[in-house]
Amino acid sequence: MKKYYYVDKERKLILSPYEKFIKSVKRCLNTELFSGIFLIAKEVFKPNNSATIKYPMEKMKLDNRYRAVHRLQRFIESENERCIGCGLCEKICISNCIRMETKLGDDGRKLVSNYSINLGRCIYCGFCAEVCPELAIVHGVEYENAAEQRSYFAHKKDILTPIDNLINQVEFEGAGSLRADADDFVKATPNYYEISISTNNEEVKNA
Amino acid sequence: MKININGKECLANDGDYVLQVARANDIFIPAICYLNDCSPTLACRMCMVEIDGKRSYACNTKVKDGMQVLSNTKELWDERNAIMQTYCINHPLQCGVCDKSGECELQNFTHKAQVDTQNHWIKEIDRRHQDWGALQYDPSLCIVCERCITVCKDKIGDSELKTIARGGDAPDKDFKDTMSKDAYAVWTKFQKSLIAPQNGTTLDCQECAECVSVCPTGAIINKNFQYRSNAWELTRIPASNPHSSDCELMYYDVKQKSIKDNTKMVYRVSNDFHFTTLNKAARFAYDIASDCKGKDEVEFNRLVSLFKDNKIKNVKFNSYITNEEAYILELLRQKYGFNLVNNEALCFQDFLKTFCAHSGSFYNASSDDVKKSDFIVIAGSFLRHDNPTLSYKVNNAIVMNKGAGLYFHPIKDTKFSKIAKNFVSVNCDYGKEAQVLEFILQYFAKDLPQDLAYIKDAFYEEQIEVEVKSKDAEGNEIKEKKQETIKKSSLAKELGFDEDKLKDLLLKKANFTLIIGNDYFYHENAKYLAYLLANIQKLTDFKVMLIPPRTNTLGVSLLCKLSKASDGFTLGYNERGDFSFSNDEHNNLASSNLLEQEGTFVNYDKRLVPTNAALKFKGYYLNDLANALGLDALYTIEYTEQLPKDKGFLNIAFDDLTNHYDNAGNNHRGYLIDTCEFVKNLKQDNQIPQNIKSTCECKKDDIVILANPIGNLSKYTNKSSFFNECASLYASKDYLAKHNLKENSMVKIYDDKDEIIIKVVLDKNIENGAYLPTFDDKINPYKFFKTRRYYALNIKEISYE
Repeated sequence: MKKYYYVDKERKLILSPYEKFIKSVKRCLNTELFSGIFLIAKEVFKPNNSATIKYPMEKMKLDNRYRAVHRLQRFIESENERCIGCGLCEKICISNCIRMETKLGDDGRKLVSNYSINLGRCIYCGFCAEVCPELAIVHGVEYENAAEQRSYFAHKKDILTPIDNLINQVEFEGAGSLRADADDFVKATPNYYEISISTNNEEVKNA
Repeated sequence: MKININGKECLANDGDYVLQVARANDIFIPAICYLNDCSPTLACRMCMVEIDGKRSYACNTKVKDGMQVLSNTKELWDERNAIMQTYCINHPLQCGVCDKSGECELQNFTHKAQVDTQNHWIKEIDRRHQDWGALQYDPSLCIVCERCITVCKDKIGDSELKTIARGGDAPDKDFKDTMSKDAYAVWTKFQKSLIAPQNGTTLDCQECAECVSVCPTGAIINKNFQYRSNAWELTRIPASNPHSSDCELMYYDVKQKSIKDNTKMVYRVSNDFHFTTLNKAARFAYDIASDCKGKDEVEFNRLVSLFKDNKIKNVKFNSYITNEEAYILELLRQKYGFNLVNNEALCFQDFLKTFCAHSGSFYNASSDDVKKSDFIVIAGSFLRHDNPTLSYKVNNAIVMNKGAGLYFHPIKDTKFSKIAKNFVSVNCDYGKEAQVLEFILQYFAKDLPQDLAYIKDAFYEEQIEVEVKSKDAEGNEIKEKKQETIKKSSLAKELGFDEDKLKDLLLKKANFTLIIGNDYFYHENAKYLAYLLANIQKLTDFKVMLIPPRTNTLGVSLLCKLSKASDGFTLGYNERGDFSFSNDEHNNLASSNLLEQEGTFVNYDKRLVPTNAALKFKGYYLNDLANALGLDALYTIEYTEQLPKDKGFLNIAFDDLTNHYDNAGNNHRGYLIDTCEFVKNLKQDNQIPQNIKSTCECKKDDIVILANPIGNLSKYTNKSSFFNECASLYASKDYLAKHNLKENSMVKIYDDKDEIIIKVVLDKNIENGAYLPTFDDKINPYKFFKTRRYYALNIKEISYE
């Protein structure tokens, strides 16, 4: 069982009604009351002083880790879509709100012809972003997605980074993204070994 | 005998492989390259086990009494880990997009063997994606387990795949010391070979796609499934092949059509490749569902009133229906007294009845017997075209049992005749159906009945020169030439076949099967042929198998009382009639397709097998019609339990039917029809039929037979986007030459009454003949082929000048 303890043991308890009466009379006659009113009045009339933000005129700056409406990313270099259509997000989604269509593209690669997320059903858990091997599906910072209906869908065209806006694409830093020191964990591939062997051999020969 | 695997006592038969025994007893031994009913290739070496302390491979070690087998020791798994590591060298990390991901054996065994590092490397070589038409081959994904080659050779019979040199470097010698011997051997072999079609670049096979099914990785895949769906998104619905009478177990893999359209669609058909082999029709003809929008009440009520007013005189239907539907039709017939018209099933039914009456039993072979037999005779069937699945079983038997066989057909199927040296194609003339059976009786039967005594005397004498060696008085050899008279079968001569050859073929053979196809059922002399066949079953060692021409011909002939059409109003059920209640394009009322309904078929093994609905059907089922006419069943499958006992059916409810194979390969599909019961309740007609001697007097070169190209078996298969062809006349090269025709030219084929204008197409795999297909319902070949399956037709090229 949890044991309770007093926070302020030393505090004196007012026992008699007379003492109580004396104390309240003292308080009423004190300027203590006005100091409080004055403080509030000062805060009220202070310019640019507000504990809340003036939504919707003003919006909060969100961290890149924030899990709001999803985005489909592109590669900065090639401008290609990052999504390879592996379907892991579709599989892992615990509220079963992701669905995708894939087919054979003209270039012989897997093409994601459409992609949809039921935002009314999504619980924004971030599993899709976490499981994505290509960092293609990530959470964005767009959280204003109220709608008239319970189910409403974001399709690929809605969430894919437009090519002309590629410059503003932001990396997601939340779960599933690469850590800052990811490079240190890369293991050399067999091909790499081979290259290093041949260069070593050449060095030996040259020497 | 008994063997001990991992401490478990297992019963085994002589000649079994250890792996088979383990699987039959639910003991897991990893194996990639081994396929049931095929010869072990020993490519993957994963099935290594310790037998009495010695290392061997479970897939090709035969059991011995008292064997102690260990398959799970740490050393073995270390070796397996090394082998799986070699398979992963340079294997592309494209599981994300690979179609096999999720059902990939390379993935599974890599995990199972706990491969977590890669200690080896080798130079990558150019392994570009290859386009093989309907199939696609990606060499970089291939682990050269050779299962595709094995299945193609041992089961399908096309032998279309082979290994070619890969041109890769041999693994570095240094690795030899650090890795296990088996892993190094697997790697070395892996670096040497790749899979390729026989002619090197493109496939020239029947495209059954069984190689796709057996491929453990995504190396060979169907083009029409490529990148369409992940395996785990698909729902597997067990069913039976609705296109041919093998009714093999298969699965419809179903998923929503698209993001916007939530209705279900079949994405592919898969199978348990260890136990079943699907033909091209089952594999690809799945997108055939009708686009019925809903219930057309007006037409339905019209149909009901047609029945109620007793206007319907004939109900024409085909055998692509379930037993339940056939039974409903029969019940309606009993109620309304119309004729049930199904010419093809009627022929089969008559043949079967005559056969049963004279042999006193049902035909006694099943496809399992075919698989076990070592001497197979096929007559009256253009087998690879009529029933591809049975041709796989024949090939499997002949290859695996070192069997022999005779294949009587006027048209030479060049690929089928090449399956084994001891499988002899006899290209007898048309109209020799009776002679084939008579010859079998003459050669194999011991005591012939009185009325067949003439077969015994069908011999002629031939003079041959024989060299006789002898020694004269002084001991020198003298060679003398003597004239000798020998008796030879005149029947064999008529068939154009040397009976002496048969002796070699029959060496050490014990299990005989005779397979009889359509030609015999449609023959005008069918009754007599059935009588001969009954005698073969009674008097010889042959087991006899009839191939029901269509999916449920056998079920329909058991259940329905069929008759010829009479004049009057005809309702076409799935056929064209005065009122068509059909799944064809031009119908009055849409009916459901076989993949849209539950029910059962009776397959050629005399087994009742269940099938499930893959897709939803929005229109009226036949059952709805039956309900409107006074029968009472909520679902069609309520009739499964009611199928008549006196026809051999057991009263088992649909939901109690199982549909699977167990690990030992035992068939747990539905139940076997009680054929004794059927024969017992048959009205016996023991009158011995007369042999109508009719000779085929037409010009042999002009004859065209009624057959479909391999796989495109019916109008239903042709509905699918995979086939969807226009009918052509498929002709051999010599047929084209004889009639001075060019390939792909338009021709007119005609007799004195009718004509059809059609394109003529070369079929490279046949010799001396041509065939006209039935899959296209825009042409009606039956106006020529009224009884027999072959007919002499004049042919003329049309010129547009």
